Amino acid sequence: MSDQKDLLRAPFELAYNYKRSSGPLMSKFFDALADQKILGTKSSTGKVYAPAAEFDPETHESLSDLVEVGPGGVIESFSWIEEPKHHHLIKNPFAFALIKLDGADTSMLHMVTECDEADLKIGSRVTANWSATMENRITDIEFFTLEK
Amino acid sequence: MKKVAIVGYAQHPILENAGALNEVELIMPVVHQLFDELGISQNNIDFTCSGSCDYLQGAAFAFVEGLSAIQTNPPIKESHVEMDAAWAMYESMLKIQMGDADTALIYGFGKSSPGRLDSIISLQMDPYYISPLWPDRVSLAAIQARVLLEKNIIAPEQMISAVIEARTNSKNNKNALVTELVDKEAYLASEKISSPLNEFDCPPISDGSSAMIIASEEKANEFTDHPIIIEGIDHRIESSNIGSRDLSKPSGILASIEQLKLEKIKFDVAELHTQFSHEVPYLQSVLNLSDVPTNLSGGPLVGNVMMCAGLDAIGKTYEALKSNDLTNGLAHASSGPCLQHNMLVHLEKKS
Repeated sequence: MSDQKDLLRAPFELAYNYKRSSGPLMSKFFDALADQKILGTKSSTGKVYAPAAEFDPETHESLSDLVEVGPGGVIESFSWIEEPKHHHLIKNPFAFALIKLDGADTSMLHMVTECDEADLKIGSRVTANWSATMENRITDIEFFTLEK
Repeated sequence: MKKVAIVGYAQHPILENAGALNEVELIMPVVHQLFDELGISQNNIDFTCSGSCDYLQGAAFAFVEGLSAIQTNPPIKESHVEMDAAWAMYESMLKIQMGDADTALIYGFGKSSPGRLDSIISLQMDPYYISPLWPDRVSLAAIQARVLLEKNIIAPEQMISAVIEARTNSKNNKNALVTELVDKEAYLASEKISSPLNEFDCPPISDGSSAMIIASEEKANEFTDHPIIIEGIDHRIESSNIGSRDLSKPSGILASIEQLKLEKIKFDVAELHTQFSHEVPYLQSVLNLSDVPTNLSGGPLVGNVMMCAGLDAIGKTYEALKSNDLTNGLAHASSGPCLQHNMLVHLEKKS
């Protein structure tokens, strides 16, 4: 056996382990989540993109006019997962849903739970439930539930 | 603009689990099959371009290893797209049109069996608003399926027919992975994976590779008397912000249809990169293909090699034109969630 000191060692993690900056606009969106506020951006045509978009995919203009939307909204479409898989964040039956928040013209992808599939339909009203731990991530909204 | 023709296409048998066969061993047979058919070698190829996804192999620049499948000494001109190899074909075509090459080799490869495809594909999306939620590819497709069903743009019966037809058509495709027939009862009894989609609505996890050789029209005439010309090609992408898209109106595809003046062409055959059953009737309707034989190969529902299935749609259209008395074919390749990025290719056989 060679002397352990002769071996060159380097840690290796099989992952894309880099960090990203949220940038000037999205960082405001993530900061606002800490105050339990959801922000969108308004374009010159009056259309409100939520979650806050950096640019308008139709007019291609940069967006900076922030407006508060939600926390309630309407389900535009959803898929229902009765048996969540290992990578899903919610371990009980839940839906991935496109949710058009009040005051917005576009939808946000998020999760809806604490209900049955039969309770959900396109047009159902839902509201944001906040995570106990705030990390400046989209998951600071833990999930949405049907409005009481 | 210089015309470009497809002169060869080869597909590895699609496998459920290629096991110890690595990517290089998957690519080599299809590339060499093409070289043998055309009586050429890598020395006759001016430009080489591949399509694959490093996320599947789990390491940055993993695609470089694929080059071990071909001869790279003396040095070659090559490129890679982190996309379906249909886009590698697009890049190669541009290279020929620019006058930098007369021949190009394209290959695509993907092994989905070693990892968990659903979670891997989640990582490819918007890292701020979408990836942290870990939406799997089936659930995103299911969201679009529900929109189309709710708006009566497609009917559940059409999804069942798409599944049954894909299985029936798999007999035309010697490389198909799924060949077992299915009936309506079995379909309806199947458990939902992500409602409204069940396991039959989804493509199988697949391993494999494909290769294609294209050439300038002039050069193609040296290989064949009936070159199959890329008469029209166009690709468009919609917003990565999935919630800002109208999932029932494919604005990109509609723009491509207009650009290519497709409404004036009577197609004899079409192959669509439709990975989920609801996408079949949806695109048939958008592309006005109700009378056109579509996905005679079975399509992605009977074998869906990631980063190859789009190139395969082009290759299967090419094969249909080549071996039958047909003139015009339409191929479609797609990328991203809910048909976000689409390419349309009009192939025409010259008599």
